[in-house]
Amino acid sequence: MIPDVGYLAMVTALVGAVYATIASLYGFFKREERWVNSARHATMTLAPLLGLSSLTLIYALVVGDFQLKYVATTSSRDMPLFLKVTALWGGQSGSLLFWSFLMASFTFIVMLRRWDEDRELLPHVIFVTAGTLVFFVGLTTFVANPFEKLSFIPPDGQGLNPLLRHPGMVAHPPTLYLGYVGFVIPYAFAMAALVTRRTDPHWIRVTRRWTLAAWLFLSLGLLLGGRWAYDVLGWGGYWAWDPVENAAFMPWLTGTAFLHSVMIQEKRGMLKVWNMVLIILTYGLVIFGTFITRSGVISSVHSFAQSAVGPLFFSFIAVTAVASVATLLRRLDDLKSENRLDALLSREAAFLLNNMLFITLTFSVFIGTISPMVSELVTGEKITVGPPWFDRVTAPQFALLLALMGIAPLTAWRKTAAQRLGRSLWWPFLIAVVVVIGLFLRGVHSWGALLGFLLVTFVGVTTLWEYVRGVIARRRARGEPWLVAFWRLAGRNRRRYGGYIVHLGVVCMALGIIGTEFFQQDTEGTLRPGEALEIGGFRTVYRTLRTYPGPGDLIVTEATVEIYQGDQLLKTVHPKREFYQNTQQTMTIPALRSTMAEDVYVLLTGWEGGGATATFRVYINPLVNWLWLGGLIFVVGTLVAGWPDFEAERRMVMPRLTIAPQQV
Amino acid sequence: MKRWWLWIGLALISLLLVGVVYAQGGEVTKDDINRVAKQLYCPVCENTPLDVCETQACADWREQIGELLAAGYSDQEVINYFTERYGDRVRALPRQAGFALWVWILPVVGTLAGIGIMIQLFRRWMGRRTVATATIPVEPSPVRASSDLPEDYVARLERELREWE
Repeated sequence: MIPDVGYLAMVTALVGAVYATIASLYGFFKREERWVNSARHATMTLAPLLGLSSLTLIYALVVGDFQLKYVATTSSRDMPLFLKVTALWGGQSGSLLFWSFLMASFTFIVMLRRWDEDRELLPHVIFVTAGTLVFFVGLTTFVANPFEKLSFIPPDGQGLNPLLRHPGMVAHPPTLYLGYVGFVIPYAFAMAALVTRRTDPHWIRVTRRWTLAAWLFLSLGLLLGGRWAYDVLGWGGYWAWDPVENAAFMPWLTGTAFLHSVMIQEKRGMLKVWNMVLIILTYGLVIFGTFITRSGVISSVHSFAQSAVGPLFFSFIAVTAVASVATLLRRLDDLKSENRLDALLSREAAFLLNNMLFITLTFSVFIGTISPMVSELVTGEKITVGPPWFDRVTAPQFALLLALMGIAPLTAWRKTAAQRLGRSLWWPFLIAVVVVIGLFLRGVHSWGALLGFLLVTFVGVTTLWEYVRGVIARRRARGEPWLVAFWRLAGRNRRRYGGYIVHLGVVCMALGIIGTEFFQQDTEGTLRPGEALEIGGFRTVYRTLRTYPGPGDLIVTEATVEIYQGDQLLKTVHPKREFYQNTQQTMTIPALRSTMAEDVYVLLTGWEGGGATATFRVYINPLVNWLWLGGLIFVVGTLVAGWPDFEAERRMVMPRLTIAPQQV
Repeated sequence: MKRWWLWIGLALISLLLVGVVYAQGGEVTKDDINRVAKQLYCPVCENTPLDVCETQACADWREQIGELLAAGYSDQEVINYFTERYGDRVRALPRQAGFALWVWILPVVGTLAGIGIMIQLFRRWMGRRTVATATIPVEPSPVRASSDLPEDYVARLERELREWE
């Protein structure tokens, strides 16, 4: 009964979205404001309707309405409440519904804004957002219906995939989806700007915070996904260049390029076409990412054809890509650059190089991701493109990007004198060289790692220096105390200094990546109680093993392992194996001894005779925690950059009343 | 770019050498097996390297790797052995031949194209001098205006900040 209400709400939402799409078009062509208004109102009903629909599905999951196929496959009686709720995004049709709901909520907020200044954009923004929703809600209505019923009522459900029963996995999909749908908004405004020929940076200013929010959520989603893999998958790492990961990484890459290149348009009126291309590409990759994760195309191109979801997605991507590019081409004349490039040594050129690197990087990742499918399609034989390939192909591009990150903030707009740039670069570089020589003397001989450390030190120093010299200058000129100077400096331009915090986060993350890529060690061995594995100066001693029943169908086998360094006991840890009887699935949960220097990562991979012997795999992951710390700094920086500047906005609203900013 | 290929070549050769050295000396440990298994994928388990895969089939493969290594196979020979029987999909690193060659070529082509387009763009933009001067708002060049004196720096910083808002 209640699920029927949800289904009805979903169908109504579909009708509403179709109506809004058509009405916005009609209103635009007939120049009738009331049709556009009607479309706007229709669009605003979508979020409540899809919210209601999602709520009923959650209700069905919580009470265990196993007649619904979706509930029967993703939930079970013995699951804790919060897992039942999060099962909403534990399967294909549920997550598509959830996706639609988030998209509708974003659209709702956009519809709420005051459209006084840019009324002409409204019908087109409605057309794009509601049109995208027609596709997604259409999918959940006709193809992947979460309210589909079974002909019988099973006594219990199969339960959520054990891999998804982890806090990281609970938060990971929603953040990722928020990132995905967030990028639809700037795309909609971009298209509206194209159609209405308002190609000044207005659309960029309006959507700047949307872009930042989308980017933040996508970054968070990637980080949480990485942490989840590290904690749950039991292979010692956080990133496997898996197609699903790549699918989320690609829009992040183009989105990052977009975030940088819009600054050139705002500042210099250049790269207008390019920004359009970037946001179209990002939108396409967002849909492609959902397609990759949700169509089964990864396991085989043949499973792709079995479900209607795949071909539909493919058609939608093709249609939107053709339509966007066609619109762009028709408006090329309006997008002429207002300025020229003055010098190769300029902020503009640096941004351009940054963009090129992000795009070639995206292209490489794209090739690696689709090659297995294309190969299967073309030759009939699948190939594997594993992490070693990605490491080799992307490492040089990442290194260049990192170097650029150190240099670009020091260049000035329009033109930088080489001498001046050299003056601000030579000493950070010298520090970096000294650090590298130090590392070399201490036994680090891998050329790749040394180059990595060189770049990390160099970029870290130049970025920090941007802060330090700003603070010193303010202190001298205004006599402000250190902290006040720092606070006011960052407050005056959150975007710039927030951006530098993000850069610092990236530096920390790079440190973690270099550590694990170049210095990870691992060993595996079978031990009797009291015996030890030795690796990287650590000794892991096997003590005992015990097996006990967990909640539900879970059986846990847990070892007690002591980690020593020399004779000193550092920590007693409990790596374990979880066995889910219903689904016959095993999970290997690592135990960690974590410091900023390294993680000792212990896995229990097998045992015999009730613990007479046990097999362990131990990884040493140097510097890996810098990755997570960097991620945190990264998020803080993005928040600083995107935090609303109320003072500036007040000034924008009341320009007449502006008095010079308070001078203390 | 050339150097890049050189490194790949070197890496492959050193891999081979390491393999040979290991194959000659002593007992095969689990670490030896993992070293090879890391470069292999079983045909069934999606996107899970063989060294961490938990299915029985993969455990059997690992055992087989151990036997082959004990019989004197080098790492590369073991990989070739599995490739011959199960096809290219078992290799983590695509072969540089046949269809898989494209996987290696395309990123290089893409990067070169990117560089080409950028050079083209730079040329075009730098060439358009006359159009530009008319539209640029006159502002003091940051180069001339700035020295490293803090007062100047503050002024420049303030100006840049104002321009942003």
